Parts: sequence; C-alpha cells; structure tokens
Amino acid sequence: MAINWYKFASPASFYPLAGRLVPWFWILAAVLIVIGLYLGFVVAPTDYKQGEAYRIMFIHVPAAWMSMFIYIVMAIYAGLALVLKTRLSTMMATALAPTGAMFTFVALWTGAFWGKPMWGAWWVWDARLTSELILLFLYIGYMSLYAAIDDPRRAARASGLLAIVGAVNVPIIYFSVKWWNTLHQGASISFGQAPTMAATMLAAMGIMALGFWMYTIAVVLMRVRCEILERERHSDWVQEMVSRGTYG
Amino acid sequence: MAEFLDMGGYGFYIWGSYLVTGVLMVLEVILVRRRRSQLKRRLDRMGRMQSHEEETRLDHEIET
Repeated sequence: MAINWYKFASPASFYPLAGRLVPWFWILAAVLIVIGLYLGFVVAPTDYKQGEAYRIMFIHVPAAWMSMFIYIVMAIYAGLALVLKTRLSTMMATALAPTGAMFTFVALWTGAFWGKPMWGAWWVWDARLTSELILLFLYIGYMSLYAAIDDPRRAARASGLLAIVGAVNVPIIYFSVKWWNTLHQGASISFGQAPTMAATMLAAMGIMALGFWMYTIAVVLMRVRCEILERERHSDWVQEMVSRGTYG
Repeated sequence: MAEFLDMGGYGFYIWGSYLVTGVLMVLEVILVRRRRSQLKRRLDRMGRMQSHEEETRLDHEIET
C-alpha cells in the first residue's frame, strides 16, 4: 500500500480526513461503552471480597490507563513538534491535553469514591495517588503555559519541553505500587501473569477501556479540527471555506 | 430496581463515580461543539468584513 503519510501531516489534508473519521469513532465508542456497562453491571458477578463496590473499577481503571496513555502520546507529539517543526504535531498535543486532564480527574475522583468505602479515606498521600495528582498538575501546567505565551511557536516550544520533561512521571505512576508500600492495590493486569479476576470482570474492564479509547480519538479529532481552523485561518484553503460559508 | 440502585449498600459510591464521569464526558463534547460553532461564526464575520472591504474598494476605484 502506497499511502503518502506525509500528506496527512499537512493540516489542509488532515482537516477533512479527521472530519470523516469522527462519526465512526463516536459509533464505536457508544457501542463499546454500552456493551462494557452491560457486562459490568449485569453479567459480572459480585466480588467475594469487595461486594458491589468493585464495579467502580470498570471506569476507574480505564480512566487511569487513558490518563497515562494520553500523556505519553501528547509528549510524543510535543517532541515531534520540537524536532520536525511540524505544525500539526503541536495542534495534536494541545488537542489531547484537555481530554487527558479530564480522565486524570476522573481517575482521582472515582478512586476517592472507591477508597472511601474500602480504605475508609477519600484520599491518602501515598505514591500512586500523589503521582496521579502530579499528572493532573502537569496537564494543567502544559495547557496554561501554552495559553500564556502569545507567539504560537514560542508557546509550542516552552509547553512542549514541559510535556516531555513531565513524561518521567508516567512510569513513576505505573510502577509506584511496586516501588513503594502503598494502600493502592497492585496492577490489575500484568504481562506474563494470569489475571487475578473473573473473565467477565476482565472483559467488562477491557471493553470499557476500548470505549474510552474510541471516545478519546473522537473528541480529540473534533478539537484538533478547531485548532487547525484557528491557526490556519489566514491560509488560502481556510479562506476558500470562509468564502463558501461551509466548513466541512 | 431499588435493589439495583442500592448496589449492596455501595450505591452512593458507585453512582457518585459513574454520574460524575458521565457528566464530564458529555460536558467535554458540548464544550468542543460550542468552540466550533463560535469559531464558525467568527470566521463568517471575518468573511463578510473582507467581502465588504472589497466592495468598498471596488466602488472607490470605479468612482475615481
């Protein structure tokens, strides 16, 4: 297959492509989340240790995964923007940040609502929770820094550097439950180890994670289209859309 | 139904988690859609101003 990937690195050709993809990712997200909720609340059995409370896991774990995964992808795009100076990379990084911050907040919030009945505390200052809170501050810091600098190229450089340096926090979050003594339970799924939970619980969690993934792609593509229109508003191809009065 | 909502006594914690997650995800989509429609309106205004400028420029050229 001879697809010219560089073609899609140009905002002018990525914009309509993203627009065509968005509805498909919405359909996938909706179907997967509905199936995941059905499995999680109807099919999956009650946990012998935690009772029904464990069902918070079906959003808590996928949200926590997304919060870390989105950060890594954002840092990679920020790095590409610094090295290759491609405009679309910065736009992708800035479009990813709000969704990453939202999932980080969801991971912390659902964690508190799970911690209260299980540990007796909404919050404890342990390694896993603290490093996830730092992740939220990194997202907020990245967005504020980008918004605070007027010159787009300088804004991209400064915030991109912050995103890349902050990436060291992600392995710290992930391995925190191994490196430090913590209240937080260990990884739900680890490589080379049989999962420690029922197959239906695992399926519900996995499908919810896929659903969140599709949601992320859909909403980030929508946001990057706004980002493209704003940044490229003086270019010929946007001006042409303006004169036609349709924006694809 | 009441038994389902009660979730073995953990209803507050479970629904408190799911409700906030759902609201935030829907809110994010609403905010992005609003950003796009505001952006479109701004671009439309920009387009009208440009065509208006062009007209007055042409009028001016014809008059002189």
